[in-house]
Amino acid sequence: MPKLYSGAEIVFKCLEDQNVSHIFGYPGGAVLPIYDELKNFNSVKHILVRHEQGAGHAAEGYARSTGKPGVLLVTSGPGATNAVTALTDAYMDSVPLVCITGQVPTHLIGTDAFQECDTTGITRPCTKHNWLVKDVNDLAEVMHKAFEVATTGRPGPVLVDIPKDIQFQKAKYKSYKNKKKFNGKSHDNYSQKNIDELINLIRKAKKPIFYTGGGVINSGTKASELLRELVYATGFPITSTLQGLGCFPADDNQFLGMLGMHGTYEANNAMYSCDLMINVGARFDDRITGKIDEFSPKSKKVHIDIDPSSINKNVKVDLAIVGDIKSVLTSTLKTFKKSKNNFSKSNKHQISNWWEQIQKWRSKRSLDYIGSEETIKPQYAIERLYELTKDKDTYITTEVGQHQMWAAQHYKFNKPNRWMTSGGLGTMGYGLPAAVGVQIAHPKKLVIDIAGEASVLMTMQEMSTAVQYNLPIKIFILNNEYMGMVRQWQELLHDKNYSESYTAALPDFVKMAEAYGCVGIRAKTPEELDDKIIEMLNTDRPVIFDCLVDKQENCFPMIPSGKPHNQMLLGPKDQKEKKITGKGRTLV
Amino acid sequence: MANSKSAYSSAGKKQKLDTHIIVVWVDNEAGVLARVVGLFSGRGYNIESLAVAEVDQKQNISRITIVTTGTPQVVDQIKLQLKKLVPVHKVADFKREDKNVIFKEMALFKFVANNGKLNKAFEACKNFNPVILDKTNKSNVIQITALRREIDSMSKNLKKFGLVSVSRTGAVAMTRGSEIFK
Repeated sequence: MPKLYSGAEIVFKCLEDQNVSHIFGYPGGAVLPIYDELKNFNSVKHILVRHEQGAGHAAEGYARSTGKPGVLLVTSGPGATNAVTALTDAYMDSVPLVCITGQVPTHLIGTDAFQECDTTGITRPCTKHNWLVKDVNDLAEVMHKAFEVATTGRPGPVLVDIPKDIQFQKAKYKSYKNKKKFNGKSHDNYSQKNIDELINLIRKAKKPIFYTGGGVINSGTKASELLRELVYATGFPITSTLQGLGCFPADDNQFLGMLGMHGTYEANNAMYSCDLMINVGARFDDRITGKIDEFSPKSKKVHIDIDPSSINKNVKVDLAIVGDIKSVLTSTLKTFKKSKNNFSKSNKHQISNWWEQIQKWRSKRSLDYIGSEETIKPQYAIERLYELTKDKDTYITTEVGQHQMWAAQHYKFNKPNRWMTSGGLGTMGYGLPAAVGVQIAHPKKLVIDIAGEASVLMTMQEMSTAVQYNLPIKIFILNNEYMGMVRQWQELLHDKNYSESYTAALPDFVKMAEAYGCVGIRAKTPEELDDKIIEMLNTDRPVIFDCLVDKQENCFPMIPSGKPHNQMLLGPKDQKEKKITGKGRTLV
Repeated sequence: MANSKSAYSSAGKKQKLDTHIIVVWVDNEAGVLARVVGLFSGRGYNIESLAVAEVDQKQNISRITIVTTGTPQVVDQIKLQLKKLVPVHKVADFKREDKNVIFKEMALFKFVANNGKLNKAFEACKNFNPVILDKTNKSNVIQITALRREIDSMSKNLKKFGLVSVSRTGAVAMTRGSEIFK
């Protein structure tokens, strides 16, 4: 007679089999049987957060910095609803998460019991799939399938809802069998003919560009290596979305910087004027394309993506290659090398005019800003932070807003999985708990949350988690007392009516740090900034760094409103000439 | 210009809408219909009619037939998004004009009238396989099977014969000939 295990034990046996070493969670009535078993499974360490949203973002940070799925464990009702923001965030940014929720006992489901909610109903649109387990004999299979769904294809969050009585009931444990094919859904769906077509387009291109995104990073570190190899072999320029930063070295000459609404002048103009666009793992997001009718009007477009529904969703493409980036790039490089040995040389000659044009755009120096000796310019703060941390293997998370865009523009990433930011959903409050998750995964590494003072207050309570587990995360707040991006839009589009975007009562962040039991540092002038940053880096404890920056600074360049890529708004000097008016306002 | 200060782009050019019949084979499990229907409502797609029932009791497979309208791009998206759902096995898509596909809807009509009108009502239905399911001396219930637009016009035209109540199903579809959709 095989041994019988309780549902709660089965949960942990599955986590063990899936090599889960950390889970982020918060206990409550409907998950107590699972929490009761925690002591018997030493290989799974539980990180107690202060709010379930924090558990979700921490699991996201963990997942994005390691490539492994993040796991969170929360209770029914409010526990589940608090996790919804993080699940939606993970769904938008394709982060593999497994969320385990407790549920009221099966006989009480549907009776409006205490802390009951329709968890699978609420999370259906923000997960890849979810399960309500009504029979303990299904539990092991569902748990393993949950990991499979979360991590295969385009990754994303899944949820397993386990009623309390199921956690007590006993069943046999079925261990994990790696199935070859998942539900008949294969992911690589391209042929050699597609690759040959791509090579042919590459050969003919005179004004090509690589446009790469988070899919490269999701495909694993090998995919980034292959991408670099292909970009060097072709000599083509490359730009990246917010989520793709790090898959190609930012300090390389072939890299044009980030594209999109706050992308560089050269990247956006190159996207507009190119004759061949090779999209590798990006999804033509509306922050990238600007006005869709005038998006890159003269180019042949190639789209490499693992998700068939991403193809032709926003932009019609000429060649679609559906498959895992790693596998597609491997085939492409193989064919590329076979087809012509000295091809890359001749091709480089063919695109030399294109590079000249790009250099002209580059000479606009669109990321420049007007420096100051009295106040700290936010861009300057990021630049100094980068200069003082670039020799370390640094992991950066961010909140959402101006600071996020400045970080993307001025912090240079050279490796994948070092940059964790909420792009699709744009969740303020993401960065601090994400930093907690990253630091859990990489205890010896430097982890910095580049934050805004408004965002960071949304999940500030997780500092308490960082202190509890001795996680030396650095919260680098660019404090301008405004919701900066809101203020910027109000200035540019709403006649400087700064409606509710100023926070009239902010906490003293240094005292707050002390209250949490960590270290508070404040920098007020450009002169003292370096010393203060070094002080932060030398502190082996969690730090809240309150960097008082220019309150009026805006984030440029910017694609204004209803305009295509080639009509960007540059910094303060350029602005007077191109005022945003009337119809143009719609897009920003 | 009420929306002129939006953070998003304004809508592009309007494209032509086509009517499509989408057939989805799914695992008959709890919540599967909600997943399919939720996908439509969540992404702003239309459902004109819906018919669903289990067709394979052994493997618990249900067949969902959805009539929808959309631009070619939207219809493509619907198919691709449906295929991503875990319990979905396969998705077929037919244009309404497709001659190789049979579409049928069933309707039940209740008439309350004198015998003369009831007879005329039955007569009017005769092209659509009418079956009298119930009959009293002042009422009857007639079942017909027909195309959507035929039932639409019938339910309008039969008012004069005492039509008081209409109940109808969504369309179901099947390909002609010996071929089946794989």
